[in-house]
Amino acid sequence: MHLRHILIAEDDPRDLELTLAALEEYNMANKVFVVCNGEEALDYLYCRGKYQARPGGNPVAVLLDLKMPKVNGIEVLKILKADEHFKTIPIVVLTSSREEPDLRECYKHGVNAYVVKPVDFTEFMNAVKQMGVFWVAVNEPPPNTGNGHPFTPAMKEATHEIPTSHSALGG
Amino acid sequence: MHLRQILIAEDDPRDEKLTLAALEEYNLANKVLVVHDGEETLDYLYRRGKFKKRAPGNPVAMLLDLKMPKVTGLEVVKIMKADEHLKMIPIVVLTSSREEPDMRECYEYGVNAYVVKPVDFGEFMRAIKQLGVFWAAMNEPPPVGSEPVFIEG
Repeated sequence: MHLRHILIAEDDPRDLELTLAALEEYNMANKVFVVCNGEEALDYLYCRGKYQARPGGNPVAVLLDLKMPKVNGIEVLKILKADEHFKTIPIVVLTSSREEPDLRECYKHGVNAYVVKPVDFTEFMNAVKQMGVFWVAVNEPPPNTGNGHPFTPAMKEATHEIPTSHSALGG
Repeated sequence: MHLRQILIAEDDPRDEKLTLAALEEYNLANKVLVVHDGEETLDYLYRRGKFKKRAPGNPVAMLLDLKMPKVTGLEVVKIMKADEHLKMIPIVVLTSSREEPDMRECYEYGVNAYVVKPVDFGEFMRAIKQLGVFWAAMNEPPPVGSEPVFIEG
């Protein structure tokens, strides 16, 4: 069962609202899971804490803000890229930072892509749409992305809802 | 110095033509350099052979075919990702292979993205355009200064 979903880690409510609205236009908003800090992002991926019983399967991409409370984006990136089970998940940093040290750190730790949030509203919406189209519709995620991973104890018992439709993306 | 150029490694002349035509629509075609096998790809990156005199600077992204003569795409990935100076260059595999082993290996070696060439002409053009928009216009490439400085001898 493959939901082909994205994980968004974003702590700013306004940016989150805009991001979801932009993805909505391509009917992708229902394929998105949102967390609002780095700790939750890790809990989600590792199926622990409040995400212990979530259906298995990795997201096809993670949109990752950098400046987040508890655990920041760069820490999340380092942890995921150092973990055999998660290192192939495409991580796209989506941040207001254009600072060279942030850019360098992210690429050093294997980020797949780095997008600076446009300040202009329309450009922001457009950027998120383009990003969504590429990472959900064009990119092929690593094999077995939807097949779950070792960390879902409840997988055998859980009943999963089979999605009834998949919207066509990008026309 | 930052070239803001895309490097395309593609051995099939038809696919090359279509790819350039699709990128042309977004005015990206003049910022593209095409090489036709893995060896040329490496010559370009290392500024050697026929590329000895090219201006220094890494491409902002690479579109990399897998099945290429001389040196395969996967070999190129391995070499680049093992090289401090080249490993940060974003690599987008663009291939007709949907084979799981190819995808797995590419991701294991750290490719940034993997795109399967659509068979349908219209879809192929659309995929290249979407790819081009993201990697040439939206993605922030690694900062300048992480590139090789090869002294010409």
